[in-house]
Amino acid sequence: MSVLLDISHIDMEFPTPKGPFTALRDVDLKISQGEFVSLIGHSGCGKSTVLNVVAGLYQATRGGVILNGKEVTEPGPERAVVFQNHSLLPWLSAYENVELAVKQVFGSSKSKAEMRQWIEYNLDLVHMSHAMHKRPGEISGGMKQRVGIARALAMQPKVLLMDEPFGALDALTRAHMQDSLMEIQAELNNTVIMITHDVDEAVLLSDRIVMMTNGPAATIGEILEVDLERPRHRLELADNPLYNQYRSKVLKFLHERHSKPDVPIKKSAQPKSSSQQAAANAKARNAQKEAVEDAA
Amino acid sequence: MNTTTVNATKLAGFKLPQLSEVFNGTLVSGAIRLVALPLAGILAFLLLWSITAQNIDTSLGKFPGPAAVMEQFNSLYDEHQRSRNKEQAFYERQEKRNAERVAKDPNYEPKVRAYTGKETFLDQIITSLITVMSGFLLAVVIAIPLGIAIGLSKTLNSAINPIIQVFKPVSPLAWLPLVTMVVSALYATPDPIVAKSFLVSLITVTLCCLWPMVINTAVGVAGIDKDLINVSKVLRLPALRHVQKIVLPASVPMIFTGMRLSLGVAWMVLIAAEMLAQNPGLGKFVWDEFQNGSSNSLARIMAAVLVIGVIGFLLDRGMLVLQKLVSWDDSASQ
Ligand SMILES: Nc1ncnc2c1ncn2[C@@H]1O[C@H](COP(=O)(O)OP(=O)(O)O)[C@@H](O)[C@H]1O
Ligand SMILES: [Mg+2]
Repeated sequence: MSVLLDISHIDMEFPTPKGPFTALRDVDLKISQGEFVSLIGHSGCGKSTVLNVVAGLYQATRGGVILNGKEVTEPGPERAVVFQNHSLLPWLSAYENVELAVKQVFGSSKSKAEMRQWIEYNLDLVHMSHAMHKRPGEISGGMKQRVGIARALAMQPKVLLMDEPFGALDALTRAHMQDSLMEIQAELNNTVIMITHDVDEAVLLSDRIVMMTNGPAATIGEILEVDLERPRHRLELADNPLYNQYRSKVLKFLHERHSKPDVPIKKSAQPKSSSQQAAANAKARNAQKEAVEDAA
Repeated sequence: MNTTTVNATKLAGFKLPQLSEVFNGTLVSGAIRLVALPLAGILAFLLLWSITAQNIDTSLGKFPGPAAVMEQFNSLYDEHQRSRNKEQAFYERQEKRNAERVAKDPNYEPKVRAYTGKETFLDQIITSLITVMSGFLLAVVIAIPLGIAIGLSKTLNSAINPIIQVFKPVSPLAWLPLVTMVVSALYATPDPIVAKSFLVSLITVTLCCLWPMVINTAVGVAGIDKDLINVSKVLRLPALRHVQKIVLPASVPMIFTGMRLSLGVAWMVLIAAEMLAQNPGLGKFVWDEFQNGSSNSLARIMAAVLVIGVIGFLLDRGMLVLQKLVSWDDSASQ
């Protein structure tokens, strides 16, 4: 299969008051058209950073991202992002949120009627037709995330980038959203990079699972090919030995890297500081979540 | 024995959360909070006022109590009516005279002269309102684009912030002589469209109520959720559309907070400026009455004070209603 997206040996350093902080070192990954890849790793290891580099929101310090033979230098709608916190504009209805994206991308190529149809089609894909004139403040977290996905899909991106899209949802809603996403992907054959720290989610959805080592200087530890027949059904998979094998492989990776940080990693980082880093990040993440909940 | 106790507790337990009672309770307490308590407050204030007033002797007689002020409200209104009647009579006479002269001599060009009576209390109120709104709107037109620019650009913020911080605390009274001189020098047309005094008041108001709006707008714009900025980047919104679709709506709550603050400042500044510069308006009315020094003066000034307060309150409520209309969050709940 031909390579659609080439994440080529990227390093990422952030300037901090205490000198440069190396978040990523030599992350290298090639993704084909129509592939569903998930990034898994502990909190704070650098998953979002990888995604932001692909999105063009961050500029890699070394290496680069090549999409369809062209280097990525800035953000753009062909690399649509579904943000962790839905990021809908709170003053616009679900319909208007999608409309903003559609007008920007298809404003010159589609007629008004075509655009309206396209917006409604995408909202229908995520089962949000019934509430499309409600504002984000009037719908549940799961519904907001659906609208966020509809907005990204409506841009007809070459690559869909999702940063823990279902992280903030309850288990039931999450399962529902995962099924919807599989349906949509089967229909549209999108190329997707999704960040998750849910092992079941990764195995259920992905063609490949990219496991990242702990930061600082995080990189790709292992890549797992998930060779399960599609369409996949979560209930049938529960008894599938292959599924359980994949699952335990990922779990083992995460567990070993986490509990024994001094296990030799490809480009070894300072073990003590890395676990501290992870803990600190987990704390920050919790604080952020609380803040978000407070705001809601 | 034992069972009756249990029953009694049960009964009491059942009686406590009766729905209708709770409902009535909240209704009654709501009515008390919204109507009865403010009324009681006002009555207590009036009582205190009239008692205190009787015990204060000034060179112009006793300090006016509520009754004296009420009387002056009536007489101010009567004066206004009389003045309006006079004005009408003046124009009727003039028209009649002109018609007669045209009838005698068809070549006569009728002259129309404007009535020049003394401004009444109501005229002064209207003058002040027009001035404050004009000055405020001019400030809005300057402050919001400036605030957005400062909020968007860290460079511009660093450059302009010291200037804002220095000018923000300047009292209107310090600006007034400068504004008066500059307007006199630059606005020297023989046939002005608007009065010089109006311009002086307006510019003074603008200068003083600019800053809260600039600062709040800039803070609102700089504090926009980073995710929303990223959405705009991913969509590649052009700069103008970015401001129109993301920046402006996102900072509406802060902009309106600034506007409310500014309008409050504007109203206070205007009255002071009118007093000091003898520019038409409520401030001049107060000053004139003070200079006049008749036995009614204090009561009339007190009437003006009340009107100034009520108008200030209404202006603020008006802004709040406007804020509620355009806001997408609940920042306008105060
Ligand atoms: N803009 C930034 N400036 C400085 N450090 C950052 C920035 N963004 C991320 N980092 C750091 O990079 C590391 C990886 O962060 P991130 O990619 O958000 O982790 P993850 O998404 O895997 O939880 C963290 O240690 C974080 O503190
Ligand atoms: Mg992240």
